[in-house]
Amino acid sequence: MATQAFDRTPQCPGETPDNKVVLEGYKAGKFLLGKCKDTGKLFHYPRHVSPFTLSNNVEFVEARGTGEIYSYSVARGKEPFCVAYVKLDEGPTVLTNIIECDLDALKVGLKVKLKFRNSDGDVPVPMFVLA
Amino acid sequence: MPPMKNPAYIVGAFEHPTRKAEDKSTAQLHAEVAYGALQDAGLTASDIDGYFCAGDAPGMGGLSMLDYMGLTKIRHYDTTESGGSSYVIHVGHAVEAIIAGKCNVALITLAGRPRAEGMQTGTAVRSTGVGVPDEPFELPYARTIATMHANVASRHMYEFGTTSEQLAWVKVAASTHAQYNPHAMLPKVVTVEDVVNSPMVADPLHRLDCCVISDGGGALIVARPEIAATLKRPKVGVKGWGEAYKHQNAGGIDLTYSAAAFSGPMAFGKAGVKPADIKYASIYDSFTISVILQLEDLGFCEKGKAGAFVQDGGLISGVGKLPFNTDGGGLCNNHPSNRGGMTKVIEAVRQSRGEAHPKVQVPNPDLVLANGKGGSLGTRHGCGTVILERE
Repeated sequence: MATQAFDRTPQCPGETPDNKVVLEGYKAGKFLLGKCKDTGKLFHYPRHVSPFTLSNNVEFVEARGTGEIYSYSVARGKEPFCVAYVKLDEGPTVLTNIIECDLDALKVGLKVKLKFRNSDGDVPVPMFVLA
Repeated sequence: MPPMKNPAYIVGAFEHPTRKAEDKSTAQLHAEVAYGALQDAGLTASDIDGYFCAGDAPGMGGLSMLDYMGLTKIRHYDTTESGGSSYVIHVGHAVEAIIAGKCNVALITLAGRPRAEGMQTGTAVRSTGVGVPDEPFELPYARTIATMHANVASRHMYEFGTTSEQLAWVKVAASTHAQYNPHAMLPKVVTVEDVVNSPMVADPLHRLDCCVISDGGGALIVARPEIAATLKRPKVGVKGWGEAYKHQNAGGIDLTYSAAAFSGPMAFGKAGVKPADIKYASIYDSFTISVILQLEDLGFCEKGKAGAFVQDGGLISGVGKLPFNTDGGGLCNNHPSNRGGMTKVIEAVRQSRGEAHPKVQVPNPDLVLANGKGGSLGTRHGCGTVILERE
């Protein structure tokens, strides 16, 4: 059995003063992570506050865009699609969709790579395809 | 006065019988369950000096409900909100408030009517408010309550070899109990085959792995020992309580455990008892996988072994090692306002009193437990645990 993932148009991420720089990164094709400069540790979702120290000594760094499926589910229905957590090769695990795939062939541990998809607004959304 | 061993007692409990409240408002339901719990306790509204409610109460915190119910003697008020676990956490907070002398008789209410309102609780993409910082990183992916719990199930299956058939045993146990509950929304006994052959909602969770959407509510009255001693109902002491919260941990995601891994040991530590001492457990069953995680986290079995623990009737009263959710739980009985913590405590109180249905009542219910989980197991949630002692 094969079930092709529905080509869903995602909702545009809502902009806030906190995530503006991250969404600008998306527009430039960059998938940004937060980096705590106090500890050197990466984090997701990116914000101007370190979730490790609570300081604002943070910067935003571009992820390589490679990783593997940590967990996944297929939302069934007329327009089936996959909601997954992907563990990035840099460390953080991120909520995402696995797109352009056979939903019946997905497995935990499969290698994936970044692909932006246009949303219903002006900010594209980082998603993943099988590598 | 008989000697009282615990710092506070659940002296009143009431579950609204409705499952579809087209003709009642949410405020009305709150008031009806409050009145029901007072009648059960043998107390009156003028005895209440502490009020606890959560996000389901209409209005700012509990202010509109205090007004609606005409409560004028409140000197302690707590609107701790962590979804369906709120009311289990409220029990612990009420005990602490009583110990601290802040109130004598605490009322906790829950009510809602998502069924009458046509809510798609588990399968609609829902926002929790304005300016929620995580949502720009989640809503574009159209995550739902169902797909996020399904992610948890997917990882549990991958790490521990848990199967769909094992998850199905949780539903089978709940339905076996629900057949004796005249108010249960789904009183039909189902088989493992029924569950795994029901339509897939969010892989690997089937329709029958998901709880019901229902209207109604419930209320509890927690009182100090001196007051409990004067009342006629069986003495149900709160012996242990704990609360804990879990989130995405900056991207350090680990879906194999719930916050019950922390709230459980807190409650057991306070109570000075072990999981093996517990005769009955109410376990939050938004989905079958939710129960699997909590059983492990509360110490009823080793991490990764709950699939084996529940199979072949492990949770069925009179059959298994740990009778659970003898009212049918959220999976079959009731999940009022999409918040199952209140009904978890209420059925634990029924068991503790020896007032569960005779077909599912456990023998010698000297120690029972209720665990609530609220929020989404796959993103952010809180857990509350209480251990009740029958005196």
